[in-house]
Amino acid sequence: MTERVVAYGHLTTRRALLAKGGLLMVGGIAWLASFLLLPGLILVLVAFLQRDPDGGITWAFSLDSFRQLFGITSSGLSAANLWIMLRSVALAVITTVVAVGIAYPMTFFIARAAPRKRLLWLSLVAIPLCTNLVIRTYAWKLLLSARLPPARLAAMLGWLEPGRDLLPSWSAVCIGMVSAALPFAVISLYPSIERLDRSLIEAAQDLYASPVRVFMQAILPQTLPGLSVAILLTFVPAMGMFVITDMLGGAKHWLIGNLIQHQFGQGRNVPYGAAMSLVLIALTLLGVYSSRRQAGRSAEVL
Amino acid sequence: MKRWGGLLQVAVLVGFLLLYAPLLAVALYSFNAAEKGSVWVGFSLRWYAQLMADPETSRRAWEIREATLNTLQLGAVSTVISTILGTMLALGMQRFPWPSSLGKLLQVTIDVPVITPDIVIAAALVVGFNLLRFVSPLFDPGMSAMIIGHVTFQIAFVALVVRSRLVLMGPTLSEAARDLYASSWYHFHRVTLPLLWPAIVGGAMLAFTLSLDDFVISFFTCGPSSSTLPIYVYHSQLRGLRTDLFAVSTLLVMGTVVLVLTLERLTRWKRD
Amino acid sequence: MQTSTTSAPASEISLAVEHIRKSFGSVQVLDDISFDAHPGEFITLLGPSGCGKTTLLRIIAGLERADSGRIVLAGQPVDHLPANRRSVNTVFQSYALFPHLTVFENVAFGLRSRRVPQAEVNTRVHQNMEMVRIADLARRYPHQLSGGQKQRVALARALVNAPEVLLLDEPMSALDAKLRAEVQVELRRLQRSLRKTFVLVTHDQHEAMTVSDRIIVMNRGKIEQEGPTAEVYERPRTRFIAEFFGAANLIPARRSGDKRVTTAVGELSVRTTPPWESGTVAIHPEWIEITDTEPAENAVRAEVRDAIYRGDHVELLMEPGSLRVQVSPRLRAEPGATLWLCLPVERLEVLDD
Repeated sequence: MTERVVAYGHLTTRRALLAKGGLLMVGGIAWLASFLLLPGLILVLVAFLQRDPDGGITWAFSLDSFRQLFGITSSGLSAANLWIMLRSVALAVITTVVAVGIAYPMTFFIARAAPRKRLLWLSLVAIPLCTNLVIRTYAWKLLLSARLPPARLAAMLGWLEPGRDLLPSWSAVCIGMVSAALPFAVISLYPSIERLDRSLIEAAQDLYASPVRVFMQAILPQTLPGLSVAILLTFVPAMGMFVITDMLGGAKHWLIGNLIQHQFGQGRNVPYGAAMSLVLIALTLLGVYSSRRQAGRSAEVL
Repeated sequence: MKRWGGLLQVAVLVGFLLLYAPLLAVALYSFNAAEKGSVWVGFSLRWYAQLMADPETSRRAWEIREATLNTLQLGAVSTVISTILGTMLALGMQRFPWPSSLGKLLQVTIDVPVITPDIVIAAALVVGFNLLRFVSPLFDPGMSAMIIGHVTFQIAFVALVVRSRLVLMGPTLSEAARDLYASSWYHFHRVTLPLLWPAIVGGAMLAFTLSLDDFVISFFTCGPSSSTLPIYVYHSQLRGLRTDLFAVSTLLVMGTVVLVLTLERLTRWKRD
Repeated sequence: MQTSTTSAPASEISLAVEHIRKSFGSVQVLDDISFDAHPGEFITLLGPSGCGKTTLLRIIAGLERADSGRIVLAGQPVDHLPANRRSVNTVFQSYALFPHLTVFENVAFGLRSRRVPQAEVNTRVHQNMEMVRIADLARRYPHQLSGGQKQRVALARALVNAPEVLLLDEPMSALDAKLRAEVQVELRRLQRSLRKTFVLVTHDQHEAMTVSDRIIVMNRGKIEQEGPTAEVYERPRTRFIAEFFGAANLIPARRSGDKRVTTAVGELSVRTTPPWESGTVAIHPEWIEITDTEPAENAVRAEVRDAIYRGDHVELLMEPGSLRVQVSPRLRAEPGATLWLCLPVERLEVLDD
């Protein structure tokens, strides 16, 4: 450990170097250990405890929360929660696909703008982020109300009874979720798309490849790193969403996020909420993992 | 590619429409004379005037002002703490010869907050703080608990940004500085810090943005006297569309635009 | 392998590298490397990539630690000193200019590190910028410079500190061929006028020959051969050197007597008796003579199989022995012609391996 080493041109000993590195990290690590790791472990623990009648926790091991979650009750099986989980995953996948699908051409457009304009366009994409999600969703609530153009258009086309709001509805929820995810998708795609090697694209075009092939073989593989970040940053928040379903939907549009929020709020069943959180994180990790594998596989194919 | 140009333009239009149409609708309706709802009654500045009203007389003006100040305070304090801790974490992770297994563990540590839905972090903080409350009143629902919650997810993002810059920098410039007789301190403040500065500022801006955008973590950890603007709006909207909230939102968007454009001007001369 | 003149007094050696060994994991990068550099000498460490030459340079600069051995600078061992306390400066391969500092501040960096008074900083920086002709670039930033300009800034930034030894790590590899040739000549002239010790690392043998007083050829972490530039070129000691340098003819041979070998082109006289039973002799294509009549010694009768016109010379491929011979374009040798060749004894090298 006292062996002398040179790191970044600095002559020191291995021990001094590691001590210095440890000292730099101790604050951040301690913070994450106390406020992320420790609460996380407590959450796991609580999920296996019992709720007491007045909304607190009884220190007794129990699988009740998980039984309830998967619909195994004394009065038989109920698929209501499974249904909610399924549609949470489905909605998150739809949101991710649509948001990334719109963000990709948007980012292309920004990256092709004059260098001085690019930052301005990027800022324009990022500005809605600084105005809170609740406020943007509130804005949708206004925009989708009966008297404004979108609802009138829908009524004219016969999709909606005249005089009705466009919400609560699944389409309102989807619109809200896609627009919330867009800035994250564009910002994470931007670095990869800006650095695209244009000569490769031109080479592919010179070989008379169809636009689809040019995209699949010359463009997509180069942007995979940004694409995987974009998928991550749209899919993860979509999985845990409850504000948008709460404001633009209703009890019929609940997702896991709403269930969890309910247990920590009015439901006053913390062990149940903790168990749902564990299931949510498991589903999220599964989704992230499978999208990474998918991306890896398509990268190999190309 | 040309055949696809039209499709590209449509997607760009749809994208910006999704981002700005609701904000424009809100800006327009903030001048509506009606107190609530989406019926256009007439042009009026009364809701802006009411926001500026004397807090002594208007409870609503006072509440909105308090909530705005809380939001900014929460964002500023949590950003400062997380930028310092995250930058140090990134330096410690990147510039020291950790065994690869420990390196991977550290990587996972900063990945976790990114791949965890915010509501799970919020749930963990609630149960964690419920125990920690017995240790210190800092963990009671309220501003301090919200700050702790925000810093927890911000650290990872700051560390990610700063670390990617450190990876890009590599050891060569440090070695050149050493070769040119720089002491540890001189090397740090003449080479490392100035080169890392854009990434630190970028990380801080990201952290601040995430704090402003957050609702869930604040919602779970706030106390009765520490409402932020999003929480205030969330509670008010349950009783319908209120025109004064449109005015607040519009002011907030305008404030953000001004801030972003100013920052863009300030940093323009530094860029390549 | 004998090392160079270790008999010189210590004060006349500006850099001594003594028995340096270094391995990364299980890979031995440097295996017992020793050499000396005299004040004002231009030494080149030449070798293919991965031969350990850059690692050696980094060890001298203090940016890497040797596993064993010593580095002595101006008579003082410096192994315990960090890079920032060694009177050595480096011109890095990528130049490593500080992107956030102007050219002036880049050049001044080493002086400011050591708190040299402002007035002196100004004069020394300007002197050095003028010396490498970048005085008019003082206020520019590195991203506003061309590759050649960056290289000059890197050079000025190192030289302004008046180091005992200047290290150059492939400083010309990023320049195009034409500019590289100019810079080589200029670098040589600069070193002559400053009378500083320069140690250059390169994989380009033409560059090595253009600039150096002495060349040290490295291969797989070992010194393969060292000596004055012409000597290393003309008297290759091993197959590796003969092939790496200007592609000599390698002729398989058997020892047939005192200073004599048998080859595919016949019986040849050589300067020394080979240490082996069978091995290789080498001769550069430009040393093979073409004569009208049969030469007295080492005569070979060979047929032209192919003539490749190269502008300033013609390369003939001849049989037997697949000999390559370089001749003046004035000599019109058509394929099919049979000629007398002479392989002069003093140019025919017996290789060690």
